[in-house]
Amino acid sequence: MTNEDLLSKLKTIIEPYVQNQEGLQNLSENTNFIDDLEINSANLVDVILDVEDEFGIEIDNDGMDKMLTVKASIEVIQDKLASK
Amino acid sequence: MTKEQIIKKLPYEAPFLFVDEITAVDEDKITGNYSLKTDEYFYKGHFKDHPITPGVILTEIMAQIGLVCLGIFLCDDGVNSQIARVAMSSTSVDFFKTVLPGEKVKVKSEKEYFRFNKLKCKVSMYNDDDKLVAKGVIAGMVANLD
Repeated sequence: MTNEDLLSKLKTIIEPYVQNQEGLQNLSENTNFIDDLEINSANLVDVILDVEDEFGIEIDNDGMDKMLTVKASIEVIQDKLASK
Repeated sequence: MTKEQIIKKLPYEAPFLFVDEITAVDEDKITGNYSLKTDEYFYKGHFKDHPITPGVILTEIMAQIGLVCLGIFLCDDGVNSQIARVAMSSTSVDFFKTVLPGEKVKVKSEKEYFRFNKLKCKVSMYNDDDKLVAKGVIAGMVANLD
């Protein structure tokens, strides 16, 4: 899966949890879920669970800790997809 | 961990402790109850001359039994020094019946998931006639503090 495809899917997943719509419009790989999109830590868990369902992967605690930005999330997801 | 030990670990006290008894608990679900006293502090103002238990208090009872008590049970690793802390992160509750001063309510909670410290439960409340009082989904972040 290309990073562009992955980003598009990720954007759909995070959209319901985003409080800062401006942050979503300006989504880039440097976007931070908590600082830029104002997703709270409880909803960040829902993002991770939705990512697991969408991509058929399992995220562990280390992966969860890393997935705070778009860039880091794409890296974790690509990594898990590659080892499937 | 026994049902009594769970209640002892709760971080609340009067007038904001809303758990009398845990009647059953396992990894997936918990049940418990609370009897509303006729002189609970909130009846004075809710409503004027017409005391009815506020929905926020019913929600709190559901959260203390269904989320916090279950969270304490799930976090128990046999080490006594650790205390589970629970911060409620979301609630969505529908109400079906009023609860008057002196009534006993029973709470049933089923774990939807407990992952990455987030506990999400389907929680329902019944009165002493086993009629549905309230039902919803409550979630919170649960963590052990030393």
